[in-house]
Amino acid sequence: MNIKKYLKVYYYFNYSSFSIELEYKINLFIDLVTSILGLIGSVFLLSIFFSNTNEIAGWTFNQALIIQGIYTILNGVTNTWFNPNLKEIVKHIREGTLDYVLLKPIDSQFWISFNKIAPTGLIEIVLGVFVLSYCFYLNDISFSISSLIFLIITLICSVSILYSLWFLISTTTIWFVKTWNATEVLRSFLYMGRFPMDSFSLSLRIFFSTVIPITFITTIPSEVLLGLSPEWKIILEVFVATTFLIISRRFWKFALRFYTSASS
Amino acid sequence: MKNLSLYKLSTLFKTQYANMLEYRAEIALWAISGVIPFFMLNIWTNNGLNESINISNVMLSRYFLSAFFVRQFSVVWVVFTFEEDALLGRVSPYIIQPLHPFIRYFAQHIAEQITRFPFALFIAILFFIFNPQSVWIPSLLTIIISIFSTFFSFLIQFLMQSIIASFCFWTEKASSIEKLLFIPTLFLSGLLAPVASFPYYVKTWIYFTPFPYLIDFPATILSGNQTKIIEGILMQLLWIILFFFIFNKVWKSGTKKFTAMGL
Repeated sequence: MNIKKYLKVYYYFNYSSFSIELEYKINLFIDLVTSILGLIGSVFLLSIFFSNTNEIAGWTFNQALIIQGIYTILNGVTNTWFNPNLKEIVKHIREGTLDYVLLKPIDSQFWISFNKIAPTGLIEIVLGVFVLSYCFYLNDISFSISSLIFLIITLICSVSILYSLWFLISTTTIWFVKTWNATEVLRSFLYMGRFPMDSFSLSLRIFFSTVIPITFITTIPSEVLLGLSPEWKIILEVFVATTFLIISRRFWKFALRFYTSASS
Repeated sequence: MKNLSLYKLSTLFKTQYANMLEYRAEIALWAISGVIPFFMLNIWTNNGLNESINISNVMLSRYFLSAFFVRQFSVVWVVFTFEEDALLGRVSPYIIQPLHPFIRYFAQHIAEQITRFPFALFIAILFFIFNPQSVWIPSLLTIIISIFSTFFSFLIQFLMQSIIASFCFWTEKASSIEKLLFIPTLFLSGLLAPVASFPYYVKTWIYFTPFPYLIDFPATILSGNQTKIIEGILMQLLWIILFFFIFNKVWKSGTKKFTAMGL
């Protein structure tokens, strides 16, 4: 009953945002070109790194390409679901319209996290899947059901971690009002997910696996694909993802206690 | 007459500076979000990738620190502000005023850079604490030249974005065109890798585009690496003049198309 209601609401969310976004058809085209250029740019950067060496921190160029693929998919997920909604959270809190969200007979975190969808990000997901499938061919990856299941599990975890990070930062808006730049900080850190974590120095590696767990977001799924990842890493990732989800939920509930509307 | 416009300008700067000071925390965060060059430096030196491009660890770390600085003082966001103002109808009163609306945005940017300076300096000091071997003091002449070329880089980017912002008169979402421009700026400007490391087939044409003059050129001067200073400055000026003319054209035909939005 309850799940049915949420699914129905979610369907209407998608329906309305699709119709809004499709009004700007040229934008869709521009975003397609932007995502392709962005991918070319990061492959270009990678090729500079590999121009005089075959291996960086144990990763060959073809293997590092897998990370690019996964990064592109996850970036697409961020741009499709997380980004447009979290932009709204900031606006809701600033203008006091969060009141209306809280009054609705539906979970506020659900409403605020899934209200919008930006179809242009889907282009990036398709592009990333494309790159990833090409990587299968490049790296001669023999495919088994178990590795596919592990890949899907780790990707779900990555998406959960990403969501929690974005949501945590946006929640702080309740205290700081303008957190737009904090999301910029997160974005620039996440940018480093394009590269294998082993290529950083030890101190940065520790930073990227504890403070902002980028290691779990892109590197571990790529290792799973290559069959390089031991089971404990996958279990750890599941654990980290669940922890992050719980924290983001708790934090939202906690923050709402401090919400004191805006304007009159 | 001249005194009056000078008075207008200085008042504009003062109010914008006061306005920016109110958002110190925001600007500090923005400064932190510019740390990408340091991460890139880490990849370069940690894997010894710079040996092949003949730049020593110390010179490369100076390059990336300079790139960080140049980026801090050439960040432009005029298209986003203008788009918001256009959609909310704030542009209409600006256009009536006897002051070009973009002078207001220009003042905003300069005020923001002044506010940002202490934070950028703080990050640089932190960098030196972790990398004491890369400390260097550029000569006064070098500092002056690099300040000028950083300012020119800022002007190029400001004019480029202003041209895109003027498209707001035709489309409601000019900022998505800006995203398109941001990609080559990110990868070709030298923020992530010095242009010296680019493959030959890119180096042959890249110096004819505005991109290497945005970060690589000023950063190379400041860090004391070798570059053709006079040619670079001339190219920067050329782009500034070109973009200024285009902006004027677009703005003029745009204001004719202007239909006020909002109240």
